[in-house]
Amino acid sequence: MSTGPNGVGEWPLWEVFTQAPGGKPHEHAGSVHAPDAEIALQNARDVYTRRGEAVSLWVVPSGAIVASAPGDAGPFFDPGNDKPYRHPQFYKTPRGVKVF
Amino acid sequence: MATEAKPAAPTEDPVKLAEFEARCDRGETIEPKDWMPEKYRRQLTRMMSQHAHSEVVGMLPEGNWITRAPNLRRKMCLIAKVQDEGGHGLYIYCGTETLGTDRAELIDQYLYGTAKYSSIFNYPTLTWADIGVIGWLVDGAAIVNQTMLAHASYGPYARAMIRICKEENFHKRQGYELCATLARGTPAQKAMVQDAVNRWWWPSLMMFGPHDTNSPHSADLLRWKVKQKSNDDLRQRFVNLTVPQAQAIGLTLPDPDLKLDQATGDWKFGEIDWSEFNAVIAGNGPMNRERIAARRKAHEEGAWVREAAAAYAAKHQPAAGQAA
Amino acid sequence: MSTPLFEYLLRLGDDRLILGHRNAEWCGHGPILEEDIAVANVALDQTGEAQLLLNLAGQIEGQGRDADQLAYWRDETQFRNLQMLELPRGDFGFTMVRQFLFSAHAHFVLEHLASCPHDDLAGIAAKALKENRYHLRHSSEWVVRLGDGTDESHRRIQAALDELWPWTVELFYEDAVDAALKAEQIAPDQAAIKPKWEAMVTEVLTRATVQPPKGPMRMVGGRKGRHTEHLGHLLAEMQIVARSHPGASW
Repeated sequence: MSTGPNGVGEWPLWEVFTQAPGGKPHEHAGSVHAPDAEIALQNARDVYTRRGEAVSLWVVPSGAIVASAPGDAGPFFDPGNDKPYRHPQFYKTPRGVKVF
Repeated sequence: MATEAKPAAPTEDPVKLAEFEARCDRGETIEPKDWMPEKYRRQLTRMMSQHAHSEVVGMLPEGNWITRAPNLRRKMCLIAKVQDEGGHGLYIYCGTETLGTDRAELIDQYLYGTAKYSSIFNYPTLTWADIGVIGWLVDGAAIVNQTMLAHASYGPYARAMIRICKEENFHKRQGYELCATLARGTPAQKAMVQDAVNRWWWPSLMMFGPHDTNSPHSADLLRWKVKQKSNDDLRQRFVNLTVPQAQAIGLTLPDPDLKLDQATGDWKFGEIDWSEFNAVIAGNGPMNRERIAARRKAHEEGAWVREAAAAYAAKHQPAAGQAA
Repeated sequence: MSTPLFEYLLRLGDDRLILGHRNAEWCGHGPILEEDIAVANVALDQTGEAQLLLNLAGQIEGQGRDADQLAYWRDETQFRNLQMLELPRGDFGFTMVRQFLFSAHAHFVLEHLASCPHDDLAGIAAKALKENRYHLRHSSEWVVRLGDGTDESHRRIQAALDELWPWTVELFYEDAVDAALKAEQIAPDQAAIKPKWEAMVTEVLTRATVQPPKGPMRMVGGRKGRHTEHLGHLLAEMQIVARSHPGASW
């Protein structure tokens, strides 16, 4: 718990992931402050699912998220750009085959 | 704001700065860990936290009527709306925190420091009709502004705005519906809603801020694509949208100079009373003291709750915030 | 002519109308933004339940009254809610203890009503049961945290419990209305609910490290329209706009 200038602290931050109906993946919705996991779940429910947007919720302490660094963007992701053989359009189907 | 009292930002690395500005020009999204000029970080923290404070203080004028809503449907609409404002404040605070300032500190800056919130919330809600007019005009103005901010260069701000814009549409519609109902109601109801429009029209126009020629932060924010349109452009857009809506439900807007410019299609309007705007910004509006007092009271009376929950977490889950 | 079912629906509906009203007073004034939103959700659920129950009461009565007419045009002595629900909201601890004591009881009542032979009531109860589960979870977790938090929070929760406990006798109040509806398998038997409620409450209060006071219970009369002085003020505020404009639409 950090302490502000007036001595009143803030609860830890949690990242919230919601899953929409229909087998969708969990998606980052935002964050909430909460003193512990149970309250984090409750707060996430009240803040991010008010309009029935979710069938499942994850809350993760923000500090537990390991992120790639912006400087990594090139080395991390560019190598994926020159491998066209990973995309179906790379492969030709014989003339006349309409449905594949 | 405390950060603005510090000496001027250190000179930025010109190469990094040029690269950053090129990214903004290309319309790229800036993310929390990306390099950004100190001034961008400071301006955004100021602007976003001001926006978040406004959402939270904005709960008070409307919350004032929750206990008096005239039927159960309206009561639920109003609770849901005021609750949304709290949610919106929360989304924007979380976005602001990604710039490196803790929410507790941001809250301290407006409760006990000099951070500002939107001047509109320093006006009182005097009748039930104010609830409709706030939804229609105040939220209507906010939507014009927020629709632009949904394209802001800073990712967390833009994403919060997209979520907020989706939710705010209900606010404006419920407000307009409420006004329309009163406007075709009894003579007393009609008089009530016209009076509310008369009181809220000019403060709503002031929500877009000073003229472009007189707006200290606008140039940087426009250059860095935080804002994409100027205060005056947005204000004009709001007036153009609102005049026909007022006409459709038989309400008049309190401006004798309001007239359609056939050439441009714009509704020309009279000059805003900037002395009133400046007085409210300076803390001397009708409700500035009461709003801050109410927020301080809630914050201070809630301290024992926040402390207790933290103490419980420390006792029972020593690693709270680290592991669930 | 007032039938037992009409009376019973007023009791259920008024409980939620009045408690929802008190909870809604927190909107904009909570201890932390997340809780403003949470308590508003509870208030919304309760007001929605009240609307359904009072609309059904109006249908059963058959005199053309709907939920709004029942909520806004009855006087204090015609309200049937539990007295503890009309007490001012107090501090956040008081609000949570009250919600918990009420929701724990409502859980067992709604569980019974959700499978009662009156289809409309059973449908409303099933919806309310689901919503109440969350109210129970939210309030009980807070009672535990505040009871077992700091010295100050412990003292406040114990004080809230001391004040509220003597009112809980009214949760189990039964009269001819209940007797008539029990005969039709609609209303639950409060004597059977009491030990279940006590077990649930004891479990949570133990975790919260607080204890119910030993003293005598209150004299109560909410179910018969005998209220505290607080209800009149609550209604004066709630009904002022509606009653200032008879016949108006909103």
